[in-house]
Amino acid sequence: MDLSVTIGALRLKNPVLTASGTFGYGQEFTPYGELAGLGGFVVKGLSLAPRRGNRMPRIAESACGMLNAIGLQNVGVEAFLKDKLPKLPWRETAVVANLYACSAGEFGELAGVLAAEEGLAALEVNVSCPNVSEGGAAFGADPVQIARVTEAVKSRAGDKPVWVKLSPNVTDIAAAAKAAEGAGADALTVINTLTGMSVDVRTRRPRLANVIGGLSGPAIKPVALRCVWQVSRAVKIPVIGVGGIVSAEDALEFILVGAQAVQVGTANFIRPDAAFRLAAELESACARLKVDSLDSLRGSLKV
Amino acid sequence: MNRNRCLDLTVVSVDGFGQAEPEQFVLTLSSPGWKWRPGQFAMLRPASFRQDPVWARPLSIAFQDDAGLSFLVQSCGRGTGLMARLKPGETVTVWGPIGTWFASEPETPTLMLAGGVGLAPFLGYAARHPAPDRLELVHGHRLPLSAFPLGRLPEGLGRSEFFLDRGRPEDVARFIGLLESRIKDYAGGLVLACGPMPFLRTVKRLAEAAGARAQLSLESRMACGLGACLGCVTENVAGELVQVCARGPVFWSTDVTLAE
Repeated sequence: MDLSVTIGALRLKNPVLTASGTFGYGQEFTPYGELAGLGGFVVKGLSLAPRRGNRMPRIAESACGMLNAIGLQNVGVEAFLKDKLPKLPWRETAVVANLYACSAGEFGELAGVLAAEEGLAALEVNVSCPNVSEGGAAFGADPVQIARVTEAVKSRAGDKPVWVKLSPNVTDIAAAAKAAEGAGADALTVINTLTGMSVDVRTRRPRLANVIGGLSGPAIKPVALRCVWQVSRAVKIPVIGVGGIVSAEDALEFILVGAQAVQVGTANFIRPDAAFRLAAELESACARLKVDSLDSLRGSLKV
Repeated sequence: MNRNRCLDLTVVSVDGFGQAEPEQFVLTLSSPGWKWRPGQFAMLRPASFRQDPVWARPLSIAFQDDAGLSFLVQSCGRGTGLMARLKPGETVTVWGPIGTWFASEPETPTLMLAGGVGLAPFLGYAARHPAPDRLELVHGHRLPLSAFPLGRLPEGLGRSEFFLDRGRPEDVARFIGLLESRIKDYAGGLVLACGPMPFLRTVKRLAEAAGARAQLSLESRMACGLGACLGCVTENVAGELVQVCARGPVFWSTDVTLAE
């Protein structure tokens, strides 16, 4: 069965990617599977300068999920290009950079640095970060800001496809999706984490030093499915579904509601070979569920 | 190269030291055939977790024998509580061995400092040591000694156990006094410590004051155990935040700040 999919002009050997922030720079997972067995992987969010990240504790478990407030600790784009990317098997699978910045100008600059890199298949834009020049509200909460950031990245990205990763922490995710599409996004990644918190009533303290963090894992799958469903009906560009995917059947559910491809995130912590196993099991899951092709399944939800 | 170091092992036994709902137990899994060094750990996730809790649990490898690979586990939350109820034959997903290990210097007088369940790596360390008469163990504990597999410790090992009754401040002060007096004797030797963070901070302070070389095994919440999630960082003396899982868990005391 042909499992290959296209995200705009980019062809992936299968629809299984890994989600930014859950897969390091890829290299950490090589003892547990072949990176080349994945459709692609999205590396840890990159900023122009290295970032120290938040204070500890940065992670907390919750029912069927987890909260994180890592604070985008990363080596910075220069160290990534020099030390990490050359070691990755980018000729055999799609390596996608995830971009993090605090202003549209910085986003554009970052895209400019990455645009000429042969080893990168696409640029994914994290709009869930605070917009420092606009008072600190998240870019992703405002369609106007989403459009501005998308344009800034697109204008400097050369021929690299630009994926915009949408935040679910909005009233109308379809409006956010249309804003990104209108500004030239080539694909949308749906969804980023849900903001949440966890507290300890015995110590009366938050479980994260940052107090609030991003909720991920199986707990958010219904929200992610709903968002992918709404977004894929609102736009014409491909949608990459992410949120709580653990099994091949989960992945097929996202394709059923309209996703072109999927990303596996927190499941990489459930077991480090989760994404590799999911990619390897997809074909047999299709056979079991009588899915003849991913194209025939995609968006075929009977309502 | 073995391309998948993530294994599904089988529970051989859960030994709760005679307790039906043990606060501490030895979990033994079928042997993964690993070469491991005391101080290294593994990530354990029973199949019975299903989708909740999501994370595996990082546990120091305690010892290995013909029965399999064993971990000393304190039942202190959802995950370890479920582990206490595992039955022989159940499946546990495991990846490891992970991280740095305690220095092995058989000729050097070595002091092992264990806080509670922090005894775990020293069971294997002492068992492998060629000259236990050059080893000394100080073990502070709040659970009764019957909750520890002390039969695993070799003959000839110098041992002092100190009971901290529910962490009463006067007991803690006396325990710190004991640590200070023992560490002073190892100024030219080696000090190894594993236990909760306040205990490790105390060991770091006392060892550095006494001019003793000390290694500390840190504990942390972990999601991946691979250095990828950046959830378990600690500050090194260069001011960088480094992963306890990938760069530790065993650090030289002078390499980390253990800042609050």
